[in-house]
Amino acid sequence: MARIIVVTSGKGGVGKTTTSAAIAMGLAKRGHKTAVIDFDVGLRNLDLIMGCERRVVYDFVNVINGEASLNQALIRDKNCNQLYILPASQTRDKDALTLEGVGRVLEELSRDFQYIVCDSPAGIEKGAYLALYYADDAFVVTNPEVSSVRDSDRMLGILASKSRRAEQNEDPVKEYLLLTRYDPSRVKSGEMLGLDDVQDILSLQLLGIIPESKSVLSASNAGIPVILDEKSEAGQAYEDVVARYLGEDRPLRFIDDKRGFFRKLFGGRS
Amino acid sequence: MSLLDYFRKSKPKSAAIAKERLQILVAHERTIRNRRPSYLPQLQKELLDVIRKYVNVDQDAISVNFEQDENQETLELNIVLPDYQQENKSVNM
Repeated sequence: MARIIVVTSGKGGVGKTTTSAAIAMGLAKRGHKTAVIDFDVGLRNLDLIMGCERRVVYDFVNVINGEASLNQALIRDKNCNQLYILPASQTRDKDALTLEGVGRVLEELSRDFQYIVCDSPAGIEKGAYLALYYADDAFVVTNPEVSSVRDSDRMLGILASKSRRAEQNEDPVKEYLLLTRYDPSRVKSGEMLGLDDVQDILSLQLLGIIPESKSVLSASNAGIPVILDEKSEAGQAYEDVVARYLGEDRPLRFIDDKRGFFRKLFGGRS
Repeated sequence: MSLLDYFRKSKPKSAAIAKERLQILVAHERTIRNRRPSYLPQLQKELLDVIRKYVNVDQDAISVNFEQDENQETLELNIVLPDYQQENKSVNM
């Protein structure tokens, strides 16, 4: 049986797709057969971040409608043969996904894969609901910023009431916090919410903090999940996230202000 | 904090303001979300008693669900009746 992970946030632009790509690659690199699914029907982007946009033939909606088999639609990642991508449809609207259809595809994937990562669209509408409905674990991606924290809290409410586990009175979806676009120097100077501030409100199990990093944009420019950029802080932080999710104990990194003496003195931005 | 900041540090830090606003807002939104009528368990029990007068159902054969949206409240009642045919069979035998 596969473990189903939803990467969710409510708010858009906080790093859901970047995170989905990174953790799916991280799990696969460790030898776990992993599938990552784009639930953002109409606005697919995961294929671009994963660098497989030119290899998309069939998509998630084709599989649900029986127009293609799962094997025809799944794209094997070029960097890791344990990782497969199921792209979203570019042309249909969000009603093309159905609860029953998504359930069927996830069940078929579960026979063959160890982890299924569901990349949720922004918002709290149908696509986001379907992405989280069957989840076992939820990675709540949050920026240290008021609207993102509020939306994350809203998503926690939905996970606790609308998910399959909630409906069927099973153990609740396991919720984890992933704090992204974190800028330690701004936290230190009191102009950005810090980890403790966010945790005072959300109080979730922390999977990791991803520092604001130029390498995230470079990685998406190139279509290579940032976790493969092992020299970058963001890449290493995602590596820690995967390790912690799998039960390893890793100390937090990249949360201290690392600006040099002169920059601190004169308040220059890095 | 930079050297320049020492000369203009009277105003409160914006992160502290953000946190305070969030705490108030989130607490408020959570109470709205969790507001369930307190009569639900009692309602469920009494409904079960009434139904049992006529049909022999299990304790968990009835579920009462309360949902609240922005502008409407829904009370959903679900009763699973025992399999009628099987009961007939057992009576016939």
